[in-house]
Amino acid sequence: MAGHGEERKAVSEHKTSAHQMGGHAAGPDGEREPTRRDFLFLTTGMAGAVGVAAVAWPFIDQMRPDASTLALASIEVDVSSLQPGMSLTAKWRGKPIFIRNRTPEEIEEANAVALAQLKDPVARNANLPADAQATDIDRSAGKGKENWIVMIGSCTHLGCVPLGQAGDFGGWFCPCHGSHYDTAGRIRKGPAPQNLAVPTFSFVSDTVIKIG
Amino acid sequence: MSGEHSTYTPTSGLERWVDSRLPLPRLLHDSFVAYPVPRNLNYAYTFGAMLSVMLLVQIVSGVVLAMHYAAETTVAFNSVEKIMRDVNHGWLLRYMHANGASFFFIAVYLHIARGLYYGSYKAPREILWILGVVIYLLMMATGFMGYVLPWGQMSFWGATVITGFFSAFPLVGEWIQQFLLGGFAVDNPTLNRFFALHYLLPFMIAGVVVLHIWALHVTGQTNPTGVEVKTKTDTVPFTPYATLKDALGVSVFLIVFAWFIFYMPNYLGHPDNYIPANSLKTPAHIVPEWYYLPFYAMLRAITFNVGPIDSKLGGVLVMFGAIIILFFLPWLDTSKVRSAVYRPLYKLFFWLFVANAILLGWLGSRPAEGVYVILSQLGTLYYFGFFLVVMPVLGFVEKPKRIPNSITEAVLQKRPGGTPAAL
Repeated sequence: MAGHGEERKAVSEHKTSAHQMGGHAAGPDGEREPTRRDFLFLTTGMAGAVGVAAVAWPFIDQMRPDASTLALASIEVDVSSLQPGMSLTAKWRGKPIFIRNRTPEEIEEANAVALAQLKDPVARNANLPADAQATDIDRSAGKGKENWIVMIGSCTHLGCVPLGQAGDFGGWFCPCHGSHYDTAGRIRKGPAPQNLAVPTFSFVSDTVIKIG
Repeated sequence: MSGEHSTYTPTSGLERWVDSRLPLPRLLHDSFVAYPVPRNLNYAYTFGAMLSVMLLVQIVSGVVLAMHYAAETTVAFNSVEKIMRDVNHGWLLRYMHANGASFFFIAVYLHIARGLYYGSYKAPREILWILGVVIYLLMMATGFMGYVLPWGQMSFWGATVITGFFSAFPLVGEWIQQFLLGGFAVDNPTLNRFFALHYLLPFMIAGVVVLHIWALHVTGQTNPTGVEVKTKTDTVPFTPYATLKDALGVSVFLIVFAWFIFYMPNYLGHPDNYIPANSLKTPAHIVPEWYYLPFYAMLRAITFNVGPIDSKLGGVLVMFGAIIILFFLPWLDTSKVRSAVYRPLYKLFFWLFVANAILLGWLGSRPAEGVYVILSQLGTLYYFGFFLVVMPVLGFVEKPKRIPNSITEAVLQKRPGGTPAAL
C-alpha cells in the first residue's frame, strides 16, 4: 500500500498523467477508477458528517425546556373571595395569571368598542377557535360568566407584567414600554402586537377555576 | 509592517536555545517592542490598551467571584449578598467586576468613536473593523448575561424583556425564546445557562482579540492624518513610545475606575436590583444597563406598524439593525479621505452622531411616553441616516482639505522648526 502512495497521489491530481501511467488507475473510457483513497475519503467524510450531526443534536436539544418544566401541572384557584371590581394574580408556568371579577361598567365599556377600532381583532382565547373575534364575550369566561376574565399577565410586547386598572383605557398598562390594554385585556395603544392571551381554563365549580 | 525583518537578537544562551525551539520571545519582541507605530498617534489611540487591561480585570475578578457565587434561583441573590458581607474583600471584587463592565464599555465606545473619527475602518482594515464589531457583540451578550446573575428585579425583568425580543419573529419566535430560556419564563434553567455562558464568552472575546491584534499588526495602525506610513521616519518603535503613552492612558483610566469602585460603586447600577427577583411583579420602570440605552431607545421608538411588520418586530429589527449596520461601515463610507481632520463636513456630522447617541442613551432611560417617543424616533432616524445617507453621499459632495504628503510632513508642519529627533 505504501509503495503505491506516490502514484495514487499523482493520479488524483492529474487525470492525464494518470492515463499516461495506465495501469489499474484509469478505465478504458478515460474515466479514472475510484481509488482506495477516494473510497476512504468518502466514507470517513460521510461518517464524520453524520457523526458530528448526531453528536451535535443532544448538545443543542438540551437547551429546550426539560421534562420537569414541560410537565406543567394545572392549577386550581379559589375565586370565591373576589367581589366585582377585585382581581387576583396566580402563578402558572412561571407566569402570572390575572383573574378579575369585572364590574358591569367595565363590561359595558368593553362592549361599546367597535371591532374595527381594535389593533388586534382576534380573541387570543385558547378556549375558542383561533379565528374567534375579540368581542368582549369571547374575551371573557363566556355567556353567564361575562364578568370573569382570565388572562396570562404577560405583556405581548416583551413579557413584562402589566399593572391592573391603569392606563388610558382603564384596563391594564405595561410600564415597560407603554402598552395600554382595555377592560377586556385588548391592546389599544402602544407597541404590543396582541391582546393579552387567555389560557385554557374552566370553572370546576362556581368558585374554583382550573387553569391549564 | 508585517513584511519587515525581525530585529530580535537573542543575547544569552538560554534565549538562543528557546528561540530555535519556540520563538515566543521573538514574537513578543516584534509585536510589542520593535513594532513600528506611526509617530503622530495621540491619546485617542490608547483605548485599545485600556480594553486589554479591562478584559483581564474582568476575567480575573470574574473567576474569583465564581468561586463564591451560586447559580440557583433560590440562593443566587443571597450568595451575592454573602460575597458583599462575608467573603474576604468580596465587596471589592464585586464592585470591581460590576463597575469593570461599565468601564469596559466606556473604553469600547471611545475606541469605536476613535475609529469612526479617523476612518480606521477603511481599506485595508475592513476585517480588523469587523472583528472589532464581533468583539463588541460578544461584550454585549456577556454583559447582559452577567447582569442577570445577581437575580435581582432588574436581572429578572431585563432577561424577560431581552429574551422577549426573539418572540417578535414570526412562526419560530416563541420556539427560539423557549429554547433560550429553557422554559416558558425566565427561571432556574435560564440562570444556570446564563452563568455557564457568562463564564465562557470572555474567553471567546480573548480569542477574537488575538485575531483583532493580528489583523492590526498586518495592516499597521492608522493615525490622525489617515496617511499611510511611507518611510521609516514616519514611525517610532512601539517600546518605549507607544508603551509609555498606553501606560499613562491606562493609569488615568484606572484612577477614574478606582474612584467609582471606592466612592460611587452603585452609581451606574440600579437600586431595584437589590430587590430579589419576583416573577409576579414588574418594576415600575425597567431600564437596562446604561451601555445598552441608545439601542433600547431605538427599540421603543418603533410604535407603529410598517406594512406586514408589526411594531414589536419592527422595534427588534431596528435595534439589531443598529448593530448589524456597523459591519457594513467600510463599504458605506464612499470618501477616499480617511481622517475627519481633513473632512470638514464629515467632522460636523460625526459630532452630531456622537451627540445623537448620547441623546438616545438619555431617552432610553426615560419612560416610553409623550415627547420622549418622538425624540427617540428622530434620534433613530439620524442614527440610520448617518450610516445610510450621510456616509455614502458625503464621499461625492464633500471637498476635503489638503492632505499632507506624509506623516512626517504633518508633524513638522505642526511644530515649525522641529526635527524628527525632537519627538
